[in-house]
This record gives sequence, structure tokens and C-alpha cells, in this order.
Amino acid sequence: MADEPKEPKPPQVPTGEEPASSTPPVSAPPAKATDASAPAPPPKAAAPAPPKPPVVLQTPLDNELVKRFRAKFGAALLDATEDRKQAILTVDRAQLLEISLSLRDEEKFDMLSSLTAVDWPKREKRFDVVLELYSFPKNERLRLKIHAADAEEVPSVVSVWPSANWQEREAFDMFGIVFSGHPELRRILLPDEWQGYPLRKDYDILQQDTAWVRENLGIESGQ
Amino acid sequence: MMQALFQATIEFLKAFWAPLLCGVAIVAILPLIVGYIVLVERKLMADMQARLGPMRVGPHGLLQPIADAVKLLIKEDIIPDDADKLVFWLAPVLSVSAALLALAGLAIGPAFQIAQDINIGILFVVGVSALGIFGIVLGGWASNSHYSLMGALRSSAQLVSYETAAGMALVSALLFTGTLNIKAIVEAQSKEGIWFVLLAPVAFFCYLVASIAETNRAPFDLPEAESELVAGYMTEFSGFRWSLYFLAEYANMIVVASVATTLFLGGWLRPFAHVSWLNVLDFVPTLLMVIVAAYCLQRTPKQPTRVQQMFMLAVAGLCFVLGIVLLAPVVVPIAKPFYAGIHGGFWFIFKVSLYIYFFMWLRFTIPRYRFDQLMRLGWHFLIPLSIINVLLVGVALIAGAYFNLKGWGLLLVTTPAAVIALVVALLILAAEKSRGARPDQTAASDFYAG
Amino acid sequence: MLGADELVINMGPQHPSTHGVLRVKLKLDGERVIGSECIIGYLHRGVEKIAENRTYQQFAPYVDRMDYVAAVSSGLGYCEAIEKLLIVEAPPRARVIRTILTELQRIASHLLWLGTHALDIGALTPLFYCFREREEILKIFEKYCGARLTTHAFRIGGLQYEAHDTFEKDVERFCKDFESRIVEYETLLTQNRIWIGRTKGVGILTAADAIAFGVTGPVLRASGVKWDIRKAMPYAAYDQYKFEIPVGTTGDTYDRYLVRMEEMRQSRLICLQAIENIPTGPIMAKVGKVLKPPPGEVYHAIEAPKGEIGYYVVSDGTVMPYRVHIRPPSFINLQAFDRMVRGHLVADVVAIIGTIDIVLGEVDR
Repeated sequence: MADEPKEPKPPQVPTGEEPASSTPPVSAPPAKATDASAPAPPPKAAAPAPPKPPVVLQTPLDNELVKRFRAKFGAALLDATEDRKQAILTVDRAQLLEISLSLRDEEKFDMLSSLTAVDWPKREKRFDVVLELYSFPKNERLRLKIHAADAEEVPSVVSVWPSANWQEREAFDMFGIVFSGHPELRRILLPDEWQGYPLRKDYDILQQDTAWVRENLGIESGQ
Repeated sequence: MMQALFQATIEFLKAFWAPLLCGVAIVAILPLIVGYIVLVERKLMADMQARLGPMRVGPHGLLQPIADAVKLLIKEDIIPDDADKLVFWLAPVLSVSAALLALAGLAIGPAFQIAQDINIGILFVVGVSALGIFGIVLGGWASNSHYSLMGALRSSAQLVSYETAAGMALVSALLFTGTLNIKAIVEAQSKEGIWFVLLAPVAFFCYLVASIAETNRAPFDLPEAESELVAGYMTEFSGFRWSLYFLAEYANMIVVASVATTLFLGGWLRPFAHVSWLNVLDFVPTLLMVIVAAYCLQRTPKQPTRVQQMFMLAVAGLCFVLGIVLLAPVVVPIAKPFYAGIHGGFWFIFKVSLYIYFFMWLRFTIPRYRFDQLMRLGWHFLIPLSIINVLLVGVALIAGAYFNLKGWGLLLVTTPAAVIALVVALLILAAEKSRGARPDQTAASDFYAG
Repeated sequence: MLGADELVINMGPQHPSTHGVLRVKLKLDGERVIGSECIIGYLHRGVEKIAENRTYQQFAPYVDRMDYVAAVSSGLGYCEAIEKLLIVEAPPRARVIRTILTELQRIASHLLWLGTHALDIGALTPLFYCFREREEILKIFEKYCGARLTTHAFRIGGLQYEAHDTFEKDVERFCKDFESRIVEYETLLTQNRIWIGRTKGVGILTAADAIAFGVTGPVLRASGVKWDIRKAMPYAAYDQYKFEIPVGTTGDTYDRYLVRMEEMRQSRLICLQAIENIPTGPIMAKVGKVLKPPPGEVYHAIEAPKGEIGYYVVSDGTVMPYRVHIRPPSFINLQAFDRMVRGHLVADVVAIIGTIDIVLGEVDR
């Protein structure tokens, strides 16, 4: 790292660094190519020898909302963190419907902005179903996360926020997560007969349901 | 027997050679004229929409109608599988025949009339053009498509509804003439010295609106709009068959414009026809032509290509020649007898063009009515208004006769009648508005045919 | 179950009025719509999957292609989301220029909406007038970043290009001309009795329904909910400018029309305020060439012309995002279509599709 500012080298990858750490944003010299021409001041002292401790931006959250939540649902709240100043509550899958109703009616989170899923294949419960909620009266956002394993069903929140209808269908379409209680759970973006769930991590970017393509489009995939 | 038939034919031709020739000429030239009316519409549309319109085919797009006609003629003639072939062939032919036949009854000037001096002139024209509705219904039926049939029935429902309003509006004007003969109607306006549009303005307005609906023009063109869900009756017709429908539509436009001109706008009369100190208006046609010629001359050097320059010069020359032709009967004593024919023809065509220009202007400006709103307008507004107007005009006429009013004096009685009709119109509109926010939520599908 | 009088008709995916490849199945009772179903996915391109295989900067042009009518605002949302992930802030000058360009894009998007919506209802002329104005805006974009439609105008951390020399003058000239043009459109439409007849009372969406369906943007505001992310959770430079949020009363098509017209006026005002005082300074924050955000996630939403566009980005510390989910306003707004169209006549379906203002690229991604 010591000779970085003196060389006008474009790839600025701090090779010695762990992926988990990042350059603390505005304080360190960014080492852009334009900067390198000037005799830059020596980098910050801690740079070369010891690797920087990983910057953890998630902090545990314990505000009023969480307190009320804990009081009401206790063990159903698996985790409460704040990541980059955005509140995230991880809750138990089984009680999702009651939690949603409570959040909508008592905590006034009346709009479901977004419902999606994330696939963490190395985890036992590989899917994260993520709900982004917004409260009009309080002008506040809240993220709700539910862990679900591959074959587990997640309760559908359509009865609480009708906005979830198509979004749950999309999560089913892309990940294969079944939402129990959804009025009409079928594929939405992909053709109805498509096999496979594309947004899962084991579905390659170039993969297609070649049988469907051959049958319906009359071409071999990849053309 | 054959000899007698042959003799009869010769006699017929000897007597009617002129109208026959006119008829053949009209049938031959009308497609061309309609093509150029379409070009004018496209150019006008473009002008109102801040663009140029057809510019490529021929100088300033002047050969566009020819190109379109050729394209339509060489298109593949597709007939739906289960369509009734005879009716499929017959429907557009009916439409266009009705429209052309109606044209026969019209007088373009005191000299040009194919069906000379029919006693029931206006009735003939209106009645025959109404026969075109058959063409629409049969076309929709023959297409063997549910949506085409629905569209055709809608269109015919619209036409029939507005026919009544149009007829009533015409009656208001006919009250002043006492005759249906076209030439006599214009003579009556000449005699009174005032056009009937001033004596019966509400009737003119009713006829204007009704005629727009009659010809399926915007804002009443839902049956044939592209972005609507239910396809129109013309969907399955392509190529030449479609062009026949198209021809029928524009010929109908000419017919209604001519009827309106004859009955309301003084036919072939010059404005202030019998006011001698305004005889200077006789020079207006020539002046118009000269202005157009001068404009073309001025634009000639600004044209980008040689072809366009020559074209502009040709147009200028043509307008100039026309100006001379129009000037001749006014100043040259030998040509004076032709005054009525030539100037009459000019004024008639001028007024018809203004009417059609107004149609086009409306099309580009206002959105279209939904079908139930259209029918509601026809039945709840126009028909009552036109009927009430007939009554009011009748009363005005009786009052006029009582007080022995003539010519411009009639305005004293007809203006109050018009004002009362206007008040009635506003009352009807207010009643419609207050009837409910969404009238169609109360009414069932009674406005829809089929 | 289809009754004796019920009919299912299909509209699209190829249809002049569905604004893209949208297929709508309508269940009719005579002329009245008693049920509908939107079938989407014809334009699905797997954008979210692609995001997992591109670096953060490489993915930025993809977001333009979703809502291709308002590419600048989609780009703004994405760049700001990644900036939140990186915990950097774009410098003030970049923020102001971003605001101006985004507001111009809002005007352009609304102009396209107005032209096509009016065309569907039968008014042929406003389309050409709207496109004439839109052309001016696209010229400004072209001068700025070289592209008219899919602009990729912003970069993560700020801007790549300095505002071109005539930027302020161009924007000012456009804004000065624009007021009279809006008056032109309004003259043609707002008091026109046929327009009012076709749009008033059509496609009513109540405020409660709108919130329940997650509808955002002008559709929500026309239903009476005064909410705009630019005011509720300001981003870019919006907290520096004074502007109003137009709100409707009944939530019908006419109200949505009025709301969008007024939004165009307000956007114009924001642009005028912004160009008076563009701060000097750098246009790019200090971010590396290779972006490796610390692991974590962020959800960032902005007020796109069509509604709230949200980016949920999960980072695992590598150069490529772990997951990017885009919350498309058109997709969510289209869910309310069924609610809006029931009980209306077939001829109103076209008006209602137009009034939601959808872009299928965004619906399907």
C-alpha cells in the first residue's frame, strides 16, 4: 500500500485487503490515477502492516418499536439490527401473519413497498423473504426478514397488504418459495410451464428451460 | 321488338346524354377527388400538429393519393374463410353506390346537376345516402366475426339515430322554402336575400353535429377508431374493398357538405347576392386565386429542388388561369351568361370546402366520444333540440307572415326563436349533467346494438 | 364460471393502446367489465439475475432499460442506492445537476404519457405537441451525456460529465418556453367537455385501496394521499427547493391527468430554482475505481415519474452485488388495474390502462 499514491496505476485494488473491509470512505486517500501524479502525502499509518479490522455496519437495534415488538411477540423476533441506518427485524416464519397484522394496525405500517427474496444457498434456511414496509403516519420504513428453508411454506401476507399479491407470485416464480394462503400462486413473469427457478444461486446465468424454448419457440436455446 | 328497344335507347341517350356524361365523369373522377381530399386532410393534420405531412411522393406529397391508390389496388384480396362471399362483395359496393347516387341529386351550380330538377331533391339525396347504412351492416355481418358485427351494428345504430336529428334540422330550413327541389331551395334563399343559416342557426348547428355523426367522423368515430377494443366493420376488408368503404365515407362527407351548403349556406349564391353595391364581391374569387398564385410564385425560389420549383410555378400558373376564368364573366360582356355557372360553381365548391375543412379541424382537435355518450348526445340532446327547433321556427314563420316580414325582416322573428331554442339546449344539457355523475351506471346496455 | 352473457375477450399483447406488450383478459357482461387479468412477462429480461453477474458500475446501464421512458430517474435511484451502500455522498454540485436532469426527465416522461393517453382517447394532436417539447429535453440530454433515451447519465458517486457549457442556458430557455406549452395542452384538453366526459369518474381508486395496493406516484396522489418521496424522505438536492405536491380528490382519470399536469409545472419550477444557483466544486465523490461495498444491504427509493422506484441491494463485499431487487412502480401500480376497471365499459379500459402510466420494461424487468 505504501507506493500506491506514487504510481499512476489505474487498478486500485487494494490487493492485500479482505473483502469484508472497505476503505473507510472519505478519510483515506482514494488513490485515483489523477491524484497519483502529485507527490501525495504518505498514506495513513495503519495501512500496510496489520489488515484493517472488518468494518461492521450492522448494529443491534433496540428502539421503542423493537421494545414493543419484543413485548408483544417475544421469541418470534429473532433479530433486530440496523444496517446503514435502516431498521431490519428478522422474525419467525410461523407468526408472520400475526406480526404483519400487528405492524399494519398497531404500528401503522400501512404500505408494503416491496416483497422479495434472497437466496443464501450455504445456509440451512436458504431463503430470506424480505418485506419492506412504510408507515404513512410516521414516515418511517421498516424491513422484515423471514428465513425459510427450501421446502418450507411462508405465510402469504396478501390478506394484510394486497400489494403483496403479484410480488409473492414473482418471488415464487423466481425462487420457488411457496406462499401459503395466496389466492392464486402461479408464475407471473415466466411462462406458466417453465421449469426451474432462475434467481436461485444454483441456476446459472446462461441456463434456460431448453425444453420449453424448443417446444414453444422452435429454436435451440442459445440462438 | 329489338328495333323498338334500340330506338328507345337512342332516344334516351339523345335526351339524357349530358347528365349521363356528367354521371360517368363523376364516377370516374370522384376517386381521384377523394384521394386529394385525403391528401389535404393529411396536410392539414400535419400543419395543426407542427409537422409537414406527406412530402416524399411527388413534390410536396402531391402524388401520394396515386401511390396509395396503386398500393390498395395491388394488395392481396383476403376474404375470411367462412365469410358469405356474395355479401362480402356486395357490402362495400352498396355503400359506395349509395353515396355516389346521392351525389347525383346535388346541384353544384345552377348549371351542373346530374339528376335534373327532381321534385323531391333533398329527400332523394338524404334518403339515398341513408341506404349506405346497409353497406355497413352487411359488411359487418359478412365478415363472420363477432367483433366486426358488433362494430357494424354500433355504427349503424349511430347513423340511424343521427339521421333523425339531421332530418329534423333540414325540416327547419325547409319550412322557409316550401319545396324540396334543390334549385328552388337556392332560389328561395336568393329571393329572400338571406341565407337560411341566419334564419335558422340552431338548425344549422344541429345539422352540423348530426352530419359529423352521419359520416362517422371524429368525435363520433368510435366504431372505426384503431385504439378501441371492438374492431370496426371495416376490419376484414382489405385492399380495394376497403378503399371502396373509404371512398364511400368521403363521398358521404361531400354529400352532407353539399346538402348543408344548399340548404343553409346559400348554395351557389355569392354572399349578398342581390345587393348591388356589394357587387365588388364578384371580384373576390379572382382575388383569391390571384393571391394563391402570388404566394406560390413567391415560394418558388425557396423550394429546394428543381422539380418542386417547377411544380410551384405550375400551380401559380393554374391559379392565375383560374383567376382569369373567374374574372371573365364579370368584366367581359360576351362571357356574362356564364357568370351564373362559373361563379356559382366556385362559390358552391368554396362553401363545401369550408364545411369539410371544419370537419377535418374538429377531427384533429377534440377527443372522441365513447359510444354510450355518443348515443346519449343523439337521443337526449340533438333530437329533442331539433324537434323543438322545428316548432319554434314554424311559429316564427307564422308570426313573420302575420306581420308581413320579408327577407332580412324575418330575422326579427327567427332570432327570438333561435334564442329560445338555445335556452332549451342549455336546459337539456344542465338536466343531463345533474342527472348523475355516471349516467351509464344507471342505464343498462340499452344503447348498444347487439 | 362463465354465465350465459359473459364473454372473455383478449386485448394484446399486440395492441396500439397497451403501451407495450401487455395482455389483458377482460371478462365482460355485455359491455361492462366484470373482471380482468393482466398477463405480463413478455418483456422479462432477467435484469435482477444479470445484476448478480455484473459489477456495480457495469450494472448501471441496465437500469436505464427498465423504464426506458425515464431512464435518468431510474439511474438516479440506482446510483444513490449504491452510494448509500458505500456510505458516500455525491458532492453538492453533482446533487444539484442530478436534480435538474431528473426533473427534466420527469417532465419528459409526463409529456410522453400525456401524448399517448390523449391519443388513446382520440385526441390526435396533443401527441405531436408533447413530442415537440420532449424533443427539446432530449436534446439537452444528448448534449449532456450523448444519449437521448437510455442515458446512463449518472455515476456511482456523482457525475462523470461536467455540465456542458450551455447547460444552464438550455434549461432556462426550455423552462421559459414550457409554461406557454402547458397552457397549450390544457387549452386543448382540460376544459374540453368530451375529455371530461371520457375521464371524469373513470377508473376511480380510493385512497385506502391505493395504499393497500402499494400504489405510489401520481396515481396515489390523485387518490388524495399527499405523499411524495421528494418531500417525505428528500434525496439529491430536493430539500433545497420549494415546490408543491399536487393532490387530487376523487382518484379518477381526470384527477390523475390534473396531477400530472401540475407536476410538470412544479418540475419546471424546481429546474428554474436549481439553475439559479448550481454550486461549484467537484462532481464526483472519492470512490475507488473498483467498488466493493461492505457487506450488508440497503433499500433506497426515489420518486420516479411513475411512482416509487426502490432498489434493494445486498452486498457480500465483492465487486458484484449479491442481490439487486428493483421495486418497479409500474408493476405495483398495475395490480390496481383490476380494481379500477371493474364496472366500467370496454371503451374505458383503454383510458384506464393509459392513466396508470405503465412502461412494460419496468413491469417485466
